[in-house]
Amino acid sequence: MRGVDIDVDAGEVVGFLGPNGAGKTTTLRMLTTLLEPTAGEASVAGHDLRTDPVGVRRNIGYVPQSGSSLPIARVGEELTDHAALYGIPTAVARARGEDLFARLDLDGVWTRKVESLSGGQRRRLDIAKGLVHQPPLVFLDEPTTGLDPQSRANLWVHVSDLRDKAGVTVFLTTHYLEEADVLCDRILVIDHGEIVAVGTPDELKRRVSGDAVLLRLTDATQVPEATRLAAALPDADEPGVDGDVVHVRIPNGASALPGLLRELDRAGVPLAAVEVRRPTLDDVFLSLTGRSLRDAETPAETELVGAR
Amino acid sequence: MNETLVVFRRAMRLSLRNPTWVIIGLAQPILYLVLFGPLLKPLAAQLGTGNAYRLFVPGILVQLGIFGALFVGFGLIAEYRAGVIETQRVTPAPRTALLMGRVGRDVVVLLVQAILLTLVALPLGLRAPAGGVLIGLLVVALLGAAFSAVSYAVALTLKSEDALAPLLNAVAMPVLLLSGILLPMTLAPGWLERLSDINPLKHVVDGVRAFFRGDFSGGTAWWGLGVTAALVLLGFWFGTRTFRRESG
Repeated sequence: MRGVDIDVDAGEVVGFLGPNGAGKTTTLRMLTTLLEPTAGEASVAGHDLRTDPVGVRRNIGYVPQSGSSLPIARVGEELTDHAALYGIPTAVARARGEDLFARLDLDGVWTRKVESLSGGQRRRLDIAKGLVHQPPLVFLDEPTTGLDPQSRANLWVHVSDLRDKAGVTVFLTTHYLEEADVLCDRILVIDHGEIVAVGTPDELKRRVSGDAVLLRLTDATQVPEATRLAAALPDADEPGVDGDVVHVRIPNGASALPGLLRELDRAGVPLAAVEVRRPTLDDVFLSLTGRSLRDAETPAETELVGAR
Repeated sequence: MNETLVVFRRAMRLSLRNPTWVIIGLAQPILYLVLFGPLLKPLAAQLGTGNAYRLFVPGILVQLGIFGALFVGFGLIAEYRAGVIETQRVTPAPRTALLMGRVGRDVVVLLVQAILLTLVALPLGLRAPAGGVLIGLLVVALLGAAFSAVSYAVALTLKSEDALAPLLNAVAMPVLLLSGILLPMTLAPGWLERLSDINPLKHVVDGVRAFFRGDFSGGTAWWGLGVTAALVLLGFWFGTRTFRRESG
């Protein structure tokens, strides 16, 4: 980890966004006292990380990426056993647990085995464990990784509720842009162990000037001609090429498009598809780091509008 | 202390709910007693004892103490993989409590197994002074504590069954052969006996045999108990050191 400076206010959802291997989990493990910081200072939930790790532990909840419950154990006992390590009597833990289960849509699983739960239920059990000692601050490491889209959306609602209804400060890591966009009040973009940007999702998006216009050509040999025409647009950035797709960033993509299409038509460059994209957090990430978060997907393949 | 009990209670409950390994751990030494013990009976005089089981049961008890405890690390790796260890380490519970609660469970399981084993040996023909047998059981508990702490520490360091299994097997085989657990090392040629002298467990086995003979005054008995205590100190030092240290 290199220079990471983080200030988090009470009652907000803060997202730590970065690609796999950017240092998100390492930072989280330091903030949750699992790793000793090599240098620097941090106060977490009002307690110094170095001099008072036990004070930090008392005041935070942590939901690791790997999960936190043993498959062969029973759901309710996983919760009360965990609470007992905070000195919470079983009866109190049980009452709190039943309340948490009701809030997290986990009714009726108390006596079941952990292995019988669905992925989404298991993740919510982990979150209940992270909340049973009523910490003001909870860390969620990649909370929706491995969940199906429906469970993911469902979990987003629960995480928002933590802030809105329970007043808990949530610090989460994610490599999903939608997740950071939907959930977070503030986003810290991390790359190579360094925070490269901080802001609300909107602030970050505003940093990227203009929309992306993507042109997919029917004939890849015409890429140079299309690139020349795109570059000639007023206020256009240097166009980029990805196979048979030419992409260019211009301030108002939608109104520049008709003119560009006419020019292309006149030059005899037929298009297979065209898309105008509003800036996304991925663009923010790309402009900050020069790399895309969606390394596996090509942007043109997702939502191109046919235009022949 | 309280947290140690919490960890102990949870570990004990999980063992009782899923007793397969507890039962296998007990079945193996009983098989040794029933299927291997009778082979020693005709050799009793040659081995310098009037009662073959007085010689054999101490060995089987020590074997139970070592091997019953040495493999508990596999359970810890399963817990680690499920994220349980990580989650427990973020609680204010002392890290030594996370180790000692589990070790406590293993000691209780081993003691119950050792008592049952001794009870099975009685109708087979074991005759030994009660005091000696009780100290023998104490040694099993102490060995169990030492080796379970070591097993957890190694498991937490390796974090992989694929690495733990060959390591344990590589260590276990020579230790077993050089400890005189099955047959006393007094039968061995000079070089082999001297080699076995290096193995602390050989002295533990000799010590328990002395206690089972009622030989409380000789040095062998107490030397064996002393070596056991030293193993406990060493095992706990290694175990607590590993659990306190951050582990990536």
